[in-house]
Amino acid sequence: MSWLLDNRDYVWDLTVRHMWLSAIPIVVGFLVSLPIGWYANRHHRLRGGLLGGISILYTIPSLPLFVILPGILGTGILSATNVLVGLSIYAVAIMVRSASDAFGSVSPQVLDAARASGYSSRGRAWAVELPLAGPVLLAGLRVVAVSTVSLVSVGALIGVSSLGSLFTDGYQRDFRTEIVIGIVATVVVALVFDGLLVLAGKLLMPWSSISRPTGGAA
Amino acid sequence: MIEYRSIGKTFADGTEAVGDFSLQLPSRTTTVLVGSSGCGKTTLLRMVNRMVEPSRGQVLIDDVDVATRNPVELRRSIGYVMQAAGLLPHRTVIDNVGTVLRLNGVGKKETRERSYAVLETVGLDTSLAKKYPSQLSGGQQQRVGVARGLVTDPNILLMDEPFGAVDPIVREELQAELLRLQRELDKTIVFVTHDIDEAFLLGDQVVILKKGGKIAQVGSPADILAEPADDFVRSFIGLDRGRRTLRIEERDGVRLVVDSTGKATGVLQS
Repeated sequence: MSWLLDNRDYVWDLTVRHMWLSAIPIVVGFLVSLPIGWYANRHHRLRGGLLGGISILYTIPSLPLFVILPGILGTGILSATNVLVGLSIYAVAIMVRSASDAFGSVSPQVLDAARASGYSSRGRAWAVELPLAGPVLLAGLRVVAVSTVSLVSVGALIGVSSLGSLFTDGYQRDFRTEIVIGIVATVVVALVFDGLLVLAGKLLMPWSSISRPTGGAA
Repeated sequence: MIEYRSIGKTFADGTEAVGDFSLQLPSRTTTVLVGSSGCGKTTLLRMVNRMVEPSRGQVLIDDVDVATRNPVELRRSIGYVMQAAGLLPHRTVIDNVGTVLRLNGVGKKETRERSYAVLETVGLDTSLAKKYPSQLSGGQQQRVGVARGLVTDPNILLMDEPFGAVDPIVREELQAELLRLQRELDKTIVFVTHDIDEAFLLGDQVVILKKGGKIAQVGSPADILAEPADDFVRSFIGLDRGRRTLRIEERDGVRLVVDSTGKATGVLQS
């Protein structure tokens, strides 16, 4: 405990860094997956190949990916960009299937009604399909968030500091307290992200958490 | 007036939904297209607002071919009420009703006022305005659907089996409400149903359809009952089962109306 108090500024800095390194790939992954998922859901013939091809990216082990990315991107070996790009790829790999499922979960009848009301295709995609896909998108995004927060730690092995650095440092010095603090702080960050997403869902989609109909007459 | 001119529809997979269909639907009246499933009635209805494009022929509204009009604008100018209401689950009742007004660029304040007004027109308590569709009963949802169709005060209202998903008591209420509304509003209504009783109740003009959009008979309910065109119509409207062949029997000085099975269905008043 005294170690934590002595190093609270350092741990806090790492926590903030960890949050940034997680947040950017989560947002990028979400934004990239949306149009791909929407497209895949629209084109059933391409859906299998497209989603399969992208999902398989997740099977690339993270450490080798972080190591080869500088060669592909031309970035410095210690640059945080490598981790951000790598984690964005994983985020897309997980999220794209959720996004496709999310758009597929929208009732065709509601879409039909929206068209009959006079929505243009684009207006309907924004004002009807996207919000109604929201609950399933949120479920996928929560998985992405937790996965990304945990993967950021791996970046510490290639010199991109985060809460993972407490683990690598503690391991090298055989100092268990630091390792435990690193793990606990990472879990806390993951829980905070998850909580924020759930809260955002409640605020943005009040309709999805209301009680079911009571039935009865007109 | 809506006019179908030699309309045909063959879907991409080769099925012919409608062969050759011509009909005039007079303005400010209710025309009911009635038939079993697969008779092409919904296809015909959806051609009016270009939800379905005919393969052959034309649909005209007041002598203008709908094919010459922008489909999105056309749909915004025509009320559409569908089965199970088709409300947007993520919008409140009042926002659902105001949807088309907002799409037409009407301001927020005016949309609000007109939406509240039309909720009252269809007999909905305005305290429901801020609720979501899933918090309403089936009948209430259907009323919201009707309100949404009426909010722009369109000349034409298309109704695709709108009361098919509610229980019989609520259905009767909604039918009575529609008759009242039509007396007040004088819309040109095209109504699709498979229920002949509903067709006779609501229709000024009833169109009985066979498979492939073939017209078995067109006429007022009284015309059709008085002179059914053929055995198909006779059977479809139930004349062959005796429910509609009524006779009068006197009992203790009261004249009872009795169907062909001998069941009393009402009292004749002079």
